[in-house]
Amino acid sequence: MDTFLQQVVSGLATGGIYGSLALALVMIYQATDVVNFAQGEMAMFSTYLAWSMLQAGLPYWLAFAGTLAIAFVGGLLIERLVIRPVENAPILAIVIVCIGLLVIFNSLAGWIYSYIQKPFPSPFPERPITLGAVVFGAHDVGAIGVTLVVLALLYVFFRHTPLGLAMRAAAQNPVSSRLCGVRVGWMLALGWGLAALVGAVAGLMVAPKVFLDPNMMSGILIYAFASATLGGFTSPCGAVLGGLLVGVIENLVGTYVWFIGTELKLTVALALILVVLLVKPSGLFGRAVVHRV
Amino acid sequence: MPALLEAERVEARYGWTKVLHGVGFTVEVGGITTILGANGAGKTTTLRAVCGMVRTAGVIRFDGRRIDGQATEDIVRLGIAHVPEGRGTFVQLTVEENLRLGAYCRRDRAPRGADLDRVYGYFPVLRERRRQVAGTLSGGEQQMLALARALMLRPRLLLLDEPSLGLAPMIVREILRIVRAINQEERASVLLVEQNAALALDLADYAYLLETGRVIRSGPSAVMREDDAIRRSYLGY
Amino acid sequence: MADHVSTPAVARAAEIRWARVAPWRWTLAGWLAVLVVAGVLPFTLSDFRLFQFTQVFIYAMALLGLNILTGYNGQISLGHGAFYAVGAYTAAVMIDRWSIPYGWTIPAAALLCLVVGFLFGIPALRLEGLYLALATFALALAVPQILKYFEHWTGGSQGIVLSKPAAPLGLPLTADQWLYLVSLAVLLALVVLAWNLLRGRTGRALVAIRDNPIAAEAMGINSALYKSLTFGVSAAYTGVAGALSALAIAFVAPDAFNVFLSITFLVGIVIGGLASISGAIFGALFIQFVPNWAQDISKAAPWAIYGVFLIVFMYAMPRGIAGSLRLLWRRLTRPNRRSP
Repeated sequence: MDTFLQQVVSGLATGGIYGSLALALVMIYQATDVVNFAQGEMAMFSTYLAWSMLQAGLPYWLAFAGTLAIAFVGGLLIERLVIRPVENAPILAIVIVCIGLLVIFNSLAGWIYSYIQKPFPSPFPERPITLGAVVFGAHDVGAIGVTLVVLALLYVFFRHTPLGLAMRAAAQNPVSSRLCGVRVGWMLALGWGLAALVGAVAGLMVAPKVFLDPNMMSGILIYAFASATLGGFTSPCGAVLGGLLVGVIENLVGTYVWFIGTELKLTVALALILVVLLVKPSGLFGRAVVHRV
Repeated sequence: MPALLEAERVEARYGWTKVLHGVGFTVEVGGITTILGANGAGKTTTLRAVCGMVRTAGVIRFDGRRIDGQATEDIVRLGIAHVPEGRGTFVQLTVEENLRLGAYCRRDRAPRGADLDRVYGYFPVLRERRRQVAGTLSGGEQQMLALARALMLRPRLLLLDEPSLGLAPMIVREILRIVRAINQEERASVLLVEQNAALALDLADYAYLLETGRVIRSGPSAVMREDDAIRRSYLGY
Repeated sequence: MADHVSTPAVARAAEIRWARVAPWRWTLAGWLAVLVVAGVLPFTLSDFRLFQFTQVFIYAMALLGLNILTGYNGQISLGHGAFYAVGAYTAAVMIDRWSIPYGWTIPAAALLCLVVGFLFGIPALRLEGLYLALATFALALAVPQILKYFEHWTGGSQGIVLSKPAAPLGLPLTADQWLYLVSLAVLLALVVLAWNLLRGRTGRALVAIRDNPIAAEAMGINSALYKSLTFGVSAAYTGVAGALSALAIAFVAPDAFNVFLSITFLVGIVIGGLASISGAIFGALFIQFVPNWAQDISKAAPWAIYGVFLIVFMYAMPRGIAGSLRLLWRRLTRPNRRSP
């Protein structure tokens, strides 16, 4: 039972990370119908910037806040400067641009910071947290906490502020939004900014566990796809819940199913994607797309 | 006194297809003007041209300032509310969220509560349904919602595109009655595009008849009602 | 009122004499010119360059396959690397384990991939757009792992080593020259086959399914059958490419068939031009040579340069090279329209 609880908590922690990246993917997909393949690399690059700030002597939470700010502005600028010129092009063309961003960020990180893995500090204490007979890693619990706080703030922003409402409207119906005076272009840019911010949080929380490396986020991106598929690409809440589920499932399967070692863990994610797509493509919480004739 | 909205020699195109070939009309302050015409005459395009939603040439003036060539978001901020063809409601948002969006670009910081009350006053059914998702409303209710959203802007000019489309006659009469009330109480001028000529001429002071992108007749509604040209334009004889 | 046939416009078109030649004659002329050049190349280039151009032909076959599925039929596949791998390993196993002459590997790969593709196309019918892309993406990710798992057949991580086939009948050609000519011949056959398929009823049906699936069904097109068959044919093309690549490189290993290969194919067809046969050639040239140029420009961060190339290409030519050429042609030959 103890192992079970430990694996669940650990799974929730990684699941929160998957869910955050999945949320970033879904936010952009909902507004633009494009899957941003570069989301993971943007998160990775933000984490490297945090590393630089920490190397320069900044205290952790200051670097954290600074990274989020830079990620936000960066995402916004990327939308305005890189994506905007092709926003009316065929969707696959925009996908290619995202792939271009992916390789650029990956390559730049490798060039500037080298491919040698670096340790990344966790803001949470080393000592594990003990509740009765069960031992939890402090970082895991902390990561869950940070993820929850960020997601809660986003939720409040989108549901209860005029700007959040305008952003939702712009994603759903750009034409009518313009008629309400909403500057749809800037709403898209804000969306990219927030997505990049959320991605950066994911990167900062995962780096202490897997070590900082330019290819750190590529596996996580795949889990994020699995999470968004499971939860539904049309549902931001679904993406997060999907992430938590994927994290827990991954851990439990890895622990309790004897032939699934670390290499095949990824196959579990892939199998999950395929099963969901075969059974209910729109995911657990997504809306099925209805075509009106 | 200069007109609130003036259009001169307006041309509009979708891609390579030109739809308006030099249209001119005015809307007086406090007046209700209607643009009539059969399907494909270019009525919807005219409203879109005013709002900057389509490529135009020619001059469009609002309150003396030129608005042709500006972005829709900027034109709307001047106080022009457009209720588009097909309502344009945000079907995934609630009724109240739709209404709040209507007031999004208003400069004044007044609390929206008073505005919501005012709008619910015109459309009590919306108050009952305010937490409901807009997509679940009936056609008539969605038209009311679209109109209510436009009102939240406190517009000086209201553009209405075929409000009668797909609605039962009783509901249409109700909506047009409310439009008249809005014109009088809110002092909003109205530019109404309608296929149903009889209803439109009842409501409006002045009418323009559009045929394949050109104004072929215009005049006060009382005169236009007697004019054969409308019947000929619609029925071909 | 009617103003679309005005005398000045017709006069202008007649002035552009070369525009009066039907477009298809220009295309044919273009192809013949390219063919002549390609035929001469093997006797002028070094073996390494020949190998690169052989790769271009092989990629072009794979891209043509993917373009038939994604460009003409609108089914997005991020997993064609899987069919490439099936073709490659079919050839490798046939030659290495069963000692079958290499000539048979090509039709075998085509047939096997046709069946596998068709079978994959059936569940794919339920998926559209993003969801199909995700499913094929998952497939592509799984390929290296599956290949390593079935060690007994595939030789596991070590892969299988082959020897390059020599020219038959004692012809005075090096192995590289021979493979170049074989690939060119196969590419030509596949291009002609595709051209035939796509310009007739089949092509129109595919495009109809892509542009308006409901209307297509309403017109009596058996969407399900066409879509699954298209998957099969597309896989077969890519499988043939894979088989030839096994011969050309003389080595197959699981890690060469990773997800990046599938993404490269997608990049190839978008850059080359969707729904275009010549687009496959342009795309193949791009994915073969541009990474090398990127490396020449910057040893330290070559992929960053490649990424910049991708982005700039999409800004300048969002419809791909073939698409831009089409637009250019139309602009040059369009009669001047002046409205009254």
